[in-house]
Amino acid sequence: MQRLATLVALVLLAACAGAPTHEPTLYEQLGGRDGIAAISDHLLDAFARDPLVAPTFDHVDIRRFRRYFADYLCQTADGPCRYTGDPMSEVHRGMHIDEAMFNAVVQDLIIAMDREHIPVRVQNRLLARLAPQRKHIIYR
Amino acid sequence: MKTTFAMLAALALSPAVAHAGDGRLLATGGVTEVEGSAGGGLVPWAVLAGYGTRDQVGATAFRTRLDLPDYRLDAWGAAFTWHNRVELSVARDRFDLGTLGRAIGLPGAALRQDVTGAKLRLAGDLVYGPWPQLAVGVQRKRLLDFTIPRLVGARRDRGTDVYLAASQVLLGAAGGYNLLWNVTLRSTAANQFGLLGFGGDRGGRRLVGEGSLAVLLDPHVAVGAEYRQKPDHLSFARESRAADLFVAWFPDKHVSLTAAYVTLGPVAGLRDQRGWYLSLQGSL
Repeated sequence: MQRLATLVALVLLAACAGAPTHEPTLYEQLGGRDGIAAISDHLLDAFARDPLVAPTFDHVDIRRFRRYFADYLCQTADGPCRYTGDPMSEVHRGMHIDEAMFNAVVQDLIIAMDREHIPVRVQNRLLARLAPQRKHIIYR
Repeated sequence: MKTTFAMLAALALSPAVAHAGDGRLLATGGVTEVEGSAGGGLVPWAVLAGYGTRDQVGATAFRTRLDLPDYRLDAWGAAFTWHNRVELSVARDRFDLGTLGRAIGLPGAALRQDVTGAKLRLAGDLVYGPWPQLAVGVQRKRLLDFTIPRLVGARRDRGTDVYLAASQVLLGAAGGYNLLWNVTLRSTAANQFGLLGFGGDRGGRRLVGEGSLAVLLDPHVAVGAEYRQKPDHLSFARESRAADLFVAWFPDKHVSLTAAYVTLGPVAGLRDQRGWYLSLQGSL
């Protein structure tokens, strides 16, 4: 009897596994709201330690940046948020961000995601979605 | 060659290189191929040496050894890149004749060639944007030991390779991992990269295809394969293609280490030369 119950349970499990499973969104893979909040915090830590990036934030309202950035990541990752800030081209106007500074930010984001133990393949998924914004950000 | 070395040395000591930049992403300078150009181990890519951006300069130096059953190839050299636009390189290849040297009564004999290279990035960016990075390059080769190549039928002791390369990293394209592809088209008369001279009874210049495919397991480690056609201009010393499987490790932007299993096919009448390749690169 017990054996039969086990068998039924196994069949049900197999059926579940066979059913069209819900593909995790990038938002979920990044750890949802909490994961993105942690990544944003790690990123700001990395910025503070990065001699190339840190000076850019001298006159920036960090709390405001953190909120907008987390919303931006969340929206980019198909999460339930809306980024309400200006478009990237407006945000970076007159900041004279060069290629080296842009890549430094990319590297800091990778450091932040590593600290949150985000797998490389998930990191690449996010980076691939952010990469097209580069042309709106550098040399403006 | 001497002037080029002097020029590179002057550049290396100049304030420009003292302010060499490392603004590009890790591994995007590739490693150094046996002829001194930035690329894979066997194939020049469209990437330029080092990590300098359009606002910076970059420089690399490399040392490579390939151990084969009957021969040994040693290569070393340096490259300088200006504003991620122009790459200048010098390299020395030394091909120890091993078995063949002993067979012809010249133990320790070697074939040496100097290669000076220039590469121009035409357009594109390796990582960003929808198009691959495109570059055109030349490699001027001068053989220092021509006696044996002449005996096997080589026509000249110097030659110029011209190539067009396209390289691109596709983010997440290899099952979520980043994929690098490269295709290079080369016009060359070189027998065995030039080590057996240039041209022969079977022809002169020829167009050959080369390619590379690599997967970045993380930002520090790439594994991949390369393929390179070679002309086959000497009846006396037929040749086929070169190919390799490699793993390259980039602990940081100052150093990289590449290990590969390489096949050069038959070389100077001795069959199927396969062996281990090890290359160390330093970047400023």
